[in-house]
Amino acid sequence: MPTSPSELFDLAVVGAGPAGLAAAVTAADLGLRCVLLDGADRTGGQYYRHPAPGLGAARPDRLHHGWAAYTGLAARLTAHRRAEFRGGHQVWALERTEDGFAVHVTLGPEAAERTTVRARTVLLATGAYERQLPFPGWTLPGVVTAGGAQAMLKAGLVLPGRRIVVAGSGPLLLAAASSLVGAGADVPAVVEASGYLGYARRPGVLAAVPAKLVEGAGHGSALLRHGVRLRPRSAVVEAHGDERVTGVTVARLGADWRPLPGTERRIDCDALAVGHGLLPQIELATELGAQTRTGPDGAVALRVDARLRTTVPGLWSAGETNGVGGADLALAEGELAAHAIAGEPPERALLRRRARLRAFAELMAAAHRPGPGWTGWLRPDTDVCRCEEVPVARIREAVEELGAGDPRTVKLLTRAGMGWCQGRMCGPAVACLSGATGAGPDRRPLACPVPLSQLAAGASE
Amino acid sequence: MVGAGVVGAACAYYAARAGLAVAVVDRGPVAGGTTGAGEGNLLVSDKEPGPELDLALLSLRLWRELAEQLGPAVEYEPKGGVVVASTAAGQQALRDFAAGQAAVGVSAEEVPAERLHELEPHLAPGLAGGYHYPQDAQVQPALAAAHLLREARRMGAELSTGETVTAVERGPDGAVRGVRTDRRRLAAPAVVNATGAWGAELAALAGAHLPVLPRRGFVLVTEPLPRVVRHKVYSADYVADVASGSAGLQTSSVIEGTPGGPVLIGASRERVGFDRTISHEAIGRLAAEAAALFPVLAQVAVMRTYRGFRPYLPDHLPAIGEDPRVPGLYHACGHEGAGIGLAPATGLLISEQLTGKRSELDLAPFRADRFPASTDPLEKP
Repeated sequence: MPTSPSELFDLAVVGAGPAGLAAAVTAADLGLRCVLLDGADRTGGQYYRHPAPGLGAARPDRLHHGWAAYTGLAARLTAHRRAEFRGGHQVWALERTEDGFAVHVTLGPEAAERTTVRARTVLLATGAYERQLPFPGWTLPGVVTAGGAQAMLKAGLVLPGRRIVVAGSGPLLLAAASSLVGAGADVPAVVEASGYLGYARRPGVLAAVPAKLVEGAGHGSALLRHGVRLRPRSAVVEAHGDERVTGVTVARLGADWRPLPGTERRIDCDALAVGHGLLPQIELATELGAQTRTGPDGAVALRVDARLRTTVPGLWSAGETNGVGGADLALAEGELAAHAIAGEPPERALLRRRARLRAFAELMAAAHRPGPGWTGWLRPDTDVCRCEEVPVARIREAVEELGAGDPRTVKLLTRAGMGWCQGRMCGPAVACLSGATGAGPDRRPLACPVPLSQLAAGASE
Repeated sequence: MVGAGVVGAACAYYAARAGLAVAVVDRGPVAGGTTGAGEGNLLVSDKEPGPELDLALLSLRLWRELAEQLGPAVEYEPKGGVVVASTAAGQQALRDFAAGQAAVGVSAEEVPAERLHELEPHLAPGLAGGYHYPQDAQVQPALAAAHLLREARRMGAELSTGETVTAVERGPDGAVRGVRTDRRRLAAPAVVNATGAWGAELAALAGAHLPVLPRRGFVLVTEPLPRVVRHKVYSADYVADVASGSAGLQTSSVIEGTPGGPVLIGASRERVGFDRTISHEAIGRLAAEAAALFPVLAQVAVMRTYRGFRPYLPDHLPAIGEDPRVPGLYHACGHEGAGIGLAPATGLLISEQLTGKRSELDLAPFRADRFPASTDPLEKP
């Protein structure tokens, strides 16, 4: 049991990715005493992912856009007397207290004790996780998430296969494909469900973020150079193989993402990287009652004001938690939130940059919103929840015969979403199959598993 | 039937079976309230002789029949309960309690300290002893409600979820004529209030006073485990907590395994209105008690926690039967933490009253007009 009263920080930042790093460094510059918490041992988050030590990676910058921005922030953080990074600190709940917040932390399953960090204010910078939509064969070895493929490359310097189909929807696909071909993989196709036409509808927004165009063009030309075929308005509707994936069936999609019969074609591959964009990770805030909004991509994000305050007093949010928009937006929002928390006016240029990037994010989100017809590629025996092995047929039974009409009731009646991932993987699919309209945020009072002994330690604090 | 929780489902099932035309209306989904947050305790072990125990014994018999009829989907498990005492005084209290229960038909066998581990190998050492209650059982509450409703629908009942009752209509003679909802008017000579923790609101719509209050509880759910807990296991303190009217936080863990693998640890009791904020004090105490009873659980991961609101009446008995003040208004709510267990008996008694049959039990202790009107149902803590 820690007996000494813990220090009360001015600010606790949860998540050490782009938004959290920028916020911690800026807040410390502005005079706040702050602590930056992350479940990983090092800063950087999912975006600035480090090669595992021991691999002898000499040039991590080659796998990253903006690595210099990261090293700059990391160096400022290390040098700062008022900012402190605590790695291996997985936050499982926020609790409001008289003087601010108790941030409940687990140091992992082996730890004997729990830790509680106290702070007057909290900035949530917990980022996002990948949206998955199931399809027949998606549980085969060799099928990885698009983000997972990039993570394997960045952290382990390994490829998930030699010949990798990249599929799903969203800007991450081009980035992933570009990294994969850069690392020597053969990518026979990038299969994108949306038509990319959504971008063109608001040319003004696009023109306002030239860096995004350059970045996209960079991915595009890398792919062209390697002969990668881009297949818009298409989806992988099945992965084939016995012990691992040996090929996929790709079909054209109608406007609502329903697969068009007769358009199927097979592509041989030994790996498939698939993802449908990112979902904000916001349960720490929604447990405190923070209000949310549904973005143009259908994803539930935190509702924040112009100064990035959530509706919970003392709780701010920056980056993907406010709606997925990428690292540049996260950096800008981290800096902006730090100013707001410190009570300092931000530079006008920062406000403008954030507004531009946020508008672009909304545009991208709208372009890649999953159409309701995607369920057309499911079969009754397709597992939707892979943790609890719940197939489509059981979910349909719960809806059609047992009276479930929302994700929570489906979960109660089928166990879908009760396993290790707590519905992070199957949540969007279950919501769609349950016929729910305007589903609220998932409720997760524990943001991650906590050893019973560590929960128990809280009782006598 | 207003309410598609397990009590409303059981009422619909028995009423439809008796040949009545039934409509079930709920503003949420099936099992969306307290049922979906329950553990599925079918207990006689925690009840002293009296009207609630009579109801529980009848209900246990009905659950056995229903389990055969509804099949394995409802996860009925007649696994028995084990109540443990940590001190000799506690064991003596259990002995006295069990002697009283035996007189009305509850089976209970004293388990001396040295034999506790035959029943539960992972129990902590050093306990004073316990009692084994073979009649205690378990169902998965949401599935039980959903399957009862499915059967009711097969017999002709209608189910409408996401539909809110906005008024209870009464004739010039004061008798109930039906309900108005946000969608339509439903004519019926009988309206059953099976709205659980929200029972006071529905009663008020009909002009009746029924002081149902929410009593919040948290349940912890561990990662899936091989069967380390075989029975429903709880400490003797639980009985005292159930019977207490205190508003303050009380915890005494009931610990049990489930067919799915996770161990359930619950539940705390506190009167804080419908506050959904997580109580770190409550979940911490539940965890500490579980680790004290089963040290093997200390290193196990808790995957999630959920909360619910027990519908609680001041004397801890439910309201069952026609309201003497409002003809045609029937109550089937206020079962506190025992609603899953008591649902079938409640449903059967309501359907008997609706069809004019002689009741299997005396309903007088469950009359809705037994509370003085000064008890404010909307009392805040």
